[in-house]
Amino acid sequence: MSNGVLVVLETKGAGWHRMSFEALAAGQKLAADMGGACSAAVLGEAAAIAPLAAELATKRLATVWMVGDALLAQYTADGWIAALAQLIAEVKPKYVVLPHTYQVRDFAPALATRMGEVLIGDVTAIQVAVAADGPVFVRQWMQGKLNAEYRHGGDGGVCFVSVQAGSFRGDAVESGASEVKTFAPTLEAAKIRTKPGEAFREAAQTVDLSSAPVIVSVGRGIGEQENLKLVEALATALGAEIAASRPICDAGWLPMERQVGSSGQTVAPKLYLAVGISGAIQHLVGMKGAKTVIAINKDADAPIFEVADIGVVGDLFEVVPALTKAIEGAARG
Amino acid sequence: MKIVVAVKQVPERDAVVRVAADGRGLDERDVTWTMNEPDAYALEEALQLKERAGEAEVVVLCAGPERVQSTLREALAKGADRAVHVVTPESGAGSLGERDSLDVARLLAEAVKAEAADLVLTGLQSDDLGAGQTGVVMAELLGVPHATLVLQVELLGNGIKVKRELEDGWMQQVEMPLPALLTVQSGGNRLRYATLMGIKRARQKEMREVSAAAAAKRVDEVVKVSPPTRVKRTEMLTGSADEIAATLVERLRFEVKVL
Ligand SMILES: Cc1cc2nc3c(=O)[nH]c(=O)nc-3n(C[C@@H](O)[C@H](O)[C@H](O)COP(=O)(O)OP(=O)(O)OC[C@H]3O[C@@H](n4cnc5c(N)ncnc54)[C@H](O)[C@@H]3O)c2cc1C
Ligand SMILES: Cc1cc2nc3c(=O)[nH]c(=O)nc-3n(C[C@H](O)[C@H](O)[C@H](O)COP(=O)(O)OP(=O)(O)OC[C@H]3O[C@@H](n4cnc5c(N)ncnc54)[C@H](O)[C@@H]3O)c2cc1C
Repeated sequence: MSNGVLVVLETKGAGWHRMSFEALAAGQKLAADMGGACSAAVLGEAAAIAPLAAELATKRLATVWMVGDALLAQYTADGWIAALAQLIAEVKPKYVVLPHTYQVRDFAPALATRMGEVLIGDVTAIQVAVAADGPVFVRQWMQGKLNAEYRHGGDGGVCFVSVQAGSFRGDAVESGASEVKTFAPTLEAAKIRTKPGEAFREAAQTVDLSSAPVIVSVGRGIGEQENLKLVEALATALGAEIAASRPICDAGWLPMERQVGSSGQTVAPKLYLAVGISGAIQHLVGMKGAKTVIAINKDADAPIFEVADIGVVGDLFEVVPALTKAIEGAARG
Repeated sequence: MKIVVAVKQVPERDAVVRVAADGRGLDERDVTWTMNEPDAYALEEALQLKERAGEAEVVVLCAGPERVQSTLREALAKGADRAVHVVTPESGAGSLGERDSLDVARLLAEAVKAEAADLVLTGLQSDDLGAGQTGVVMAELLGVPHATLVLQVELLGNGIKVKRELEDGWMQQVEMPLPALLTVQSGGNRLRYATLMGIKRARQKEMREVSAAAAAKRVDEVVKVSPPTRVKRTEMLTGSADEIAATLVERLRFEVKVL
């Protein structure tokens, strides 16, 4: 399968992880650019993944690999690495494309290592100028302040790539007809060293940020817990819910349920006012759906301005109190 | 019980970010350095495990040039027992920038092997290059089970039980035997500060330097580093704080319609 692409999809419950089709779109595009064929694989307990494989059969793919085994009923790194290493040895793709999910973070680096390779992870773009030169993979450095372009070495090995949430459009997946093949990996229960428990939530939620129309969100730029009252006053003036980036919740300044981002809440308010938040991708995925984003940050290069409709480059300790006062004045006037 | 914690030294959060002259790396000239944030949580978890177990040794490990010793000293001041510094040149052949993530993980894994650790903790991801894979690669190189995104570790009779983070605020418990490797997510504990006494004691603690193996051939290579080009046209407001506030109020009232 010269220049072939194998996309490894992720399931969630009885369906797909939302990023699976983004990876599939990236894989189809890479295959087209490189003049290779694109295949896809889904792992799990055979009966559970059969309907998912059937759905993939309606996509433009060379082969849909149904990798079924009772030991794959629940995700473990050991199970996934063993099964995928065997599948890759059989299919011999040049590129393996994965969604950069928490699960992929957990196994893909070790899978690449087992094959003497390196995962180029969390890729935001794949550029192919001339197929013969191979693709360039773009990843972010310094939490989005720089782009670094990576190339895979020419030793003929497999190139592992995971794509960042939102970088490719899931609705760009091309339809077609493809053949479903089953692949039965050889797995041993004794070689699965971790015992995973069921997913659970910490505590009942008392705020529902997902339905809040106006959110004032605060980040590390606030400096100290003491200063939170500045943004709380702004939120009160606006009639807004208060939310935060992860470091604020990590420090215990606000409860975890007010955290917005990949490991917190996903919100879609009319207005998201980001105060002293840099705009790391793990934060952005939680608030990209906001209708209007206003960002206040002292650093003109902060990636938050990438998603903001209105930006204020300035000191929040000046801008926030002035804004609170102006809103209060407007409400009275 | 012996716990090794890999800590990476990274630029301070508000460091000015500039591309190096060769266009392939970071200009490090004016950078001030600090401990990678998740690594501080990994260290904290190790210190708390030691306190709970009563008896344990916490060894901190870092690969990098001479400058990384300040971060190792900071870890010693917080309570780590000793430090291992895998020394790499500042730049050029053998430096971190000349190695891919597999090669850096190899350096660290070799140092861990020499320690015969029961538990290895790393941060989940670096704040600078953000690969998020060194720990998982080390686990594979060491042949030990691992878990990522770990918030808490509990010692069982013959292994460990960890609480790890899933997406969207979900959690999961995972059990595994020792030796094992865990990559630690931020926020599982409150971080301690180094005390004056701790800083004083740290000067007496062992800082062992080991030389790094030669760099292997890179599997993949960074060919270019550049600031991203803006795709979105953000309207930037300028003026005094009061002028900006007045403009914002207008917008909030007539465009966003939330006032
Ligand atoms: C100029 C330049 C060029 C580079 N070229 C390449 C390249 O061609 N290919 C490539 O794959 N990579 C390249 N790298 C990156 C490589 O050198 C990184 O060290 C490696 O990829 C690890 O990624 P990371 O630093 O993001 O760590 P992560 O994998 O995000 O780190 C996770 C954890 O591992 C531990 N850790 C990581 N590094 C260290 C360390 N040095 N000491 C102690 N603990 C550590 C920490 O606990 C950390 O929290 C380059 C880097 C530079 C600066
Ligand atoms: C697996 C994983 C999951 C994660 N999940 C989440 C998540 O769910 N949610 C989340 O938010 N993060 C998450 N993170 C962390 C994320 O990568 C960032 O580290 C975090 O979002 C940074 O928060 P911040 O913007 O508040 O802080 P920083 O990045 O430190 O930014 C602070 C900003 O404040 C600005 N500032 C400082 N002082 C002032 C001032 N006086 N006036 C104006 N501006 C000022 C600075 O210029 C800077 O841009 C996750 C990370 C990982 C690896």
